[in-house]
Amino acid sequence: MAIFINNETKVLVQGITGKEGRFHTGQCQDYGTNIVGGVTPGKGGQEVDGIPVFNSVAEAADKTGANATMIVVPPPFAAEAILEAVDAGIDLIVCITEGIPVMDMLRVKNGMAGTTSRLIGPNCPGIITPGACKIGIMPGPIHTPGGPVGVVSRSGTLTYEVVHQLTEQGLGQTTCLGIGGDPINGTDFIDCLSAFQDDPETEAVVMVGEIGGNAEEEAAAWIAANMTKPVVGFIAGLTAPPGRRMGHAGAIVSNGQGTAEAKLTAMRENGIHVCESLGDLGALCKRVFS
Amino acid sequence: MKIHEYQAKALFQKFGIAVPEGKICTSKEEISSLVSGMTMPVAVKAQILAGGRGKGGGVILGKTEAEVKEAADKILGMQLVTKQTGEKGTEVKTILLEQGVNIARELYLSILIDRDRGGIVIIASQDGGMDIETVAARTPERIIKVHVNPLLGLQGYQIRELIFGLELSGVVAKGFAGLLKKLYDLFTQYDGSMVEINPLVITDDEQVMALDAKMDVDSNSLFRHPDIKAMHDTSEEDPLEVAAAAQGLNYIRLQGTIGSMVNGAGLAMATMDLIKQAGVEPANFLDVGGGASAEMVKKGFQIILDDPNVRGIFINIFGGILRCDILAEGVVAAAKEVGLTLPLVVRMEGTNVEEGRRILAESDLRLTSAKDLRHAAELIAAI
Repeated sequence: MAIFINNETKVLVQGITGKEGRFHTGQCQDYGTNIVGGVTPGKGGQEVDGIPVFNSVAEAADKTGANATMIVVPPPFAAEAILEAVDAGIDLIVCITEGIPVMDMLRVKNGMAGTTSRLIGPNCPGIITPGACKIGIMPGPIHTPGGPVGVVSRSGTLTYEVVHQLTEQGLGQTTCLGIGGDPINGTDFIDCLSAFQDDPETEAVVMVGEIGGNAEEEAAAWIAANMTKPVVGFIAGLTAPPGRRMGHAGAIVSNGQGTAEAKLTAMRENGIHVCESLGDLGALCKRVFS
Repeated sequence: MKIHEYQAKALFQKFGIAVPEGKICTSKEEISSLVSGMTMPVAVKAQILAGGRGKGGGVILGKTEAEVKEAADKILGMQLVTKQTGEKGTEVKTILLEQGVNIARELYLSILIDRDRGGIVIIASQDGGMDIETVAARTPERIIKVHVNPLLGLQGYQIRELIFGLELSGVVAKGFAGLLKKLYDLFTQYDGSMVEINPLVITDDEQVMALDAKMDVDSNSLFRHPDIKAMHDTSEEDPLEVAAAAQGLNYIRLQGTIGSMVNGAGLAMATMDLIKQAGVEPANFLDVGGGASAEMVKKGFQIILDDPNVRGIFINIFGGILRCDILAEGVVAAAKEVGLTLPLVVRMEGTNVEEGRRILAESDLRLTSAKDLRHAAELIAAI
């Protein structure tokens, strides 16, 4: 089962002719992802490593039957690339691009309301259902197929760390995804938690948050009200100075809002098993989930 | 990216928002000629990016030319200490000499990105001139919030909600509506993260005017605003942070003694937390990028070593796709090139990790290789 993607997902790559796009397309293919086409305006008719390139998402979707897309285009063009995919009726849009202006994302977010497309990201590592499909830039081999753990995170390499520790403990994963480090993103924690709750293969969830905003607090309240599966939570940024953006555009404590302490408190109060130190996460999951 | 009051006011004027008449002064020699002929009173305002200027003595109202000149002479070049500058304060390199206005009322107005709702929020209050957080805490009923859908833009009923809430009428209400529309246009066209007017004043002849101006522009948008990018003033930033940014590194300096170099922002934050939990203080946040190339590692070393407080360094790279043998060679070469003598703890994960650890172990650096994060924490505590 897993969530959002499986071995039937047909994937396009927007920005396939760029250096990053081409490299990660190859990595996804090597993992077994069914990449059916690429999109680069003006390069339609060409091929990249045997994959056909189209001028538009609509044309690519029409010719290939793609139902998902990975966006690896530069920030000035990324918001439009998302909207083009929405307009073409793509079900799942995974935007890797970091550095999209917030104003562009506000328009995308509000413009997507009422459509059937799901956006993951931007500024994210993507999504992987181990053993079935990888749409993103995460290293495939650290994952273990078959579940029972779902992983959702705002970060990239921190997610890899978490997955690595789960794998070391012999805990496989159903689906792992990063929802992105930007202040305005598509799919949020609650969307993922809800999908994990409904997924029969997922028996437990690890949720990795960080400072900034109040998505973790909202998710914690949602978990207490709706979730029957155990959740282990981790928050990065206890030592982050207030008022500073910690790499991710969304990782900032402003006017006392969005602190790690507040998020950890919300998690504890809502029955989430809080991991205090990153080095202990795998062991904690093993204890809580078994 | 924050811009100065005088820069924000120039943008305001470009959009037709009324501001007091003002002159910029950057050298003491200019003071006399700039002040002569101005109508008194004149406000002398220090142009620094940190907040709390007024309370720190960076804003003085002079009633005579002599008073204005004296104030200008005092403020220009001073080390201005405010609640946001730290003890050393910030050197005032530019002052704004601004015509006084006859104030009938002081209001508060700001426009912000509302990340939780995915929209734009306008905040207004009748209690202008005060710290808005204090107003929000003590008298939340005196704060008016209007949420704008960025696709639909600012609607007439939303402007009216603010007008009624602020108890404005007649010419003043019209003036406020006009100013708000222009401010909203400025905010959206220039990719604002925040624009704040505190106080927004109503003069005794019923003009609506921005007496102060704060603006923060989304750094991600600077590629389409070269005029804003040119306003970037790095003089109030930590020199190491400025140097790191120029190298494409995400670096924030802290007060501790253990430097860290990590790939990815989330893992870098978690690594700082880990250092603290090991019983020592982190010296920095440093994200060398998800890919962590040998070149970036070298640049990272240089920045960390330029901080004299650093007593040891922790490298935490979760490569995954990266080959650890290549990464290890890069770390060793970079450490030698920069002449690293401080103790170094390296934790890496990825393809060929055993080979990578062997390369580290065989190097003649003061280096220990951690097998996992728990082990790394123990090694850091022992530095």
